[in-house]
Amino acid sequence: MSNLFDLLVAGLATGAIYALVAVGFTLLWQTSQTINFAQGEFVMLPAFLMLAAMHAGAPFWLAIILGILLSMILLGLAFKMLLVDPMMRHGVLPLAIATMALAIGIKEAVKQFFSAEASPFPSIVPTGDISILGHVVSLQSIGVLVLAILAVFGLTALLNRTSLGHQMQAAAQNPTVARIIGVPVERMILLTFLINAFLVALASLLITPIYLAKFSSGEVLGQAAFIAAIVGGFNQVRGAIAGGLLIGVLDNLAASYVSTQYRAAVPLIFLILVILFRPQGLLGRAEERTV
Amino acid sequence: MSAFAKPLKIALGLAVIAGLIIVPMNFNRYGLFILSQWAVMAIAAMGLNLTLGYAGQVSLAQGAFVGIGAYAAAIMTTHGWPLPVAVVVAIALSFAVGWVLGYPALRVQHHYLAFVTLAFSTLAFLVFRNESWLTGGIYGISNIPRPHILGIATSKPLPFYYVCLGSLAIVSLAVWWLIRSPWGRAFMALRENPLRAQSLGIDTKRYTLMAFAIGSALGGVAGALYAPLTQYIDPVPFNLSLSLDLLMMVIVGGAGFYFGPFLGAMIAVLLPEWLRFTEGYYLMLYAVAVMLLLIWSPTGILGILDRYLAERRTKAASALRAVAKSRLETVQ
Repeated sequence: MSNLFDLLVAGLATGAIYALVAVGFTLLWQTSQTINFAQGEFVMLPAFLMLAAMHAGAPFWLAIILGILLSMILLGLAFKMLLVDPMMRHGVLPLAIATMALAIGIKEAVKQFFSAEASPFPSIVPTGDISILGHVVSLQSIGVLVLAILAVFGLTALLNRTSLGHQMQAAAQNPTVARIIGVPVERMILLTFLINAFLVALASLLITPIYLAKFSSGEVLGQAAFIAAIVGGFNQVRGAIAGGLLIGVLDNLAASYVSTQYRAAVPLIFLILVILFRPQGLLGRAEERTV
Repeated sequence: MSAFAKPLKIALGLAVIAGLIIVPMNFNRYGLFILSQWAVMAIAAMGLNLTLGYAGQVSLAQGAFVGIGAYAAAIMTTHGWPLPVAVVVAIALSFAVGWVLGYPALRVQHHYLAFVTLAFSTLAFLVFRNESWLTGGIYGISNIPRPHILGIATSKPLPFYYVCLGSLAIVSLAVWWLIRSPWGRAFMALRENPLRAQSLGIDTKRYTLMAFAIGSALGGVAGALYAPLTQYIDPVPFNLSLSLDLLMMVIVGGAGFYFGPFLGAMIAVLLPEWLRFTEGYYLMLYAVAVMLLLIWSPTGILGILDRYLAERRTKAASALRAVAKSRLETVQ
């Protein structure tokens, strides 16, 4: 059983990171109907920004701050103003395609300007093992789990307990009425883009020490976050959190109990089943459909 | 439309076809490979255009069908079967799988459908990679022979380019006929207003499945040509990014326009080649070009043309009206 416990902890740790990415994904969908196919690349990029800062001589803590700030400017502000705003009124599909092109662009830029090879990345939580209830658990998993959970709690508190969060929810749920009662809808949408950029930068900081910094690492991550968001419920923040944790655990269990070859298939089959039998997601509420 | 527009269009079409036949005659091996690739991708994109552009069903799995067709052709031709038989099998197989994949489309729409097809695409990739008894796994299948057509060996690049071009011509004619047939109109009714289509007595269930199956079958055709074109296949070219690329081709060219896939495939296959002089930057420039184009015209390149023509028509019509009005006034 010790094996199962380890798998659960490791699964929850990666799942918590997926959750961060998936939450950002659903936030963008809710406020601006953006399906961001570049979300995985959004997670890949900040690690390289931080690495670049460190190469320029900045200490690790400063590189982290710079990386987060830069990704909020590039992946939050610039992404919204330059790509999403001009395309939003044209509907979901052209914007989704444009984000696919953006994903290619980011990948190629990192490959060209940084490196095509995987680079090691320092961990912000100390490495090593500790013993919990007689089980040896990697300190990194625990640290990642704790930080990710803190971030998720912070975000839910912001959304549910503050006036700002209520305004954001209003702007997402019914922009017209929100505007009438005086919510600055445009600013709220911008805020969700900034929050998404912060979340992906945080996820980048947490996951890159585990999987190394590589230009192509966004593909797997983006897909995992995608699946997490849909499985949990495309229109619910708590759904995305549950989905992320679930996919993380499922992925880790599948790797050791199904087969390493088909481990990636398990979340996918799960996704298809959820979409077919509960399209609103496990925790989501039903959306009105055109058909 | 003015009186000479139709002959002009026919002349332009004939000139393009003649150009595609004559100009590549003194191309080198690589140029012919790229042009053949364009023809193959145009076939696959045309299939997706049928599913997405005409029937309005979002599919992120077209790359998987190209893979299915490619593996069917590779496995059969390396075991001694002639390519035309393999093409028929590839069509039948992709049609059947596409039909089954169409069932989710009956339950879910839009982005959910996109995700189901995305999952299918990745699952197909896993099967290509892992079932090495059939597909050769990561080592792939090599020495795929090129066919003899009417007794002529097409192992050289130029004859095989003509095989690809000829296939593109046959598929183009078939699609041209299809979208003008009652089926094509039913597909468009499905896209514009499924509820109304149903109330008009169109069997929406059957046509949705049909749209998926026919679109997928064309993906299979493209794959069956891709295998002898590259003469070696492994799972990597058929991963999710091929499906995304094909979707980009259709949207960039202009979804729902007959000539959209030709243009889209041209941009996706040829533009990176033309940008190759920029070395490592070419894919980046391609990505930026796609984004700029979509910001400018979300309906793709043909959308720009369409808008321009519509504008000119309204202008011409209002000019005619003005003339008619002034004439009326002078008569009085």
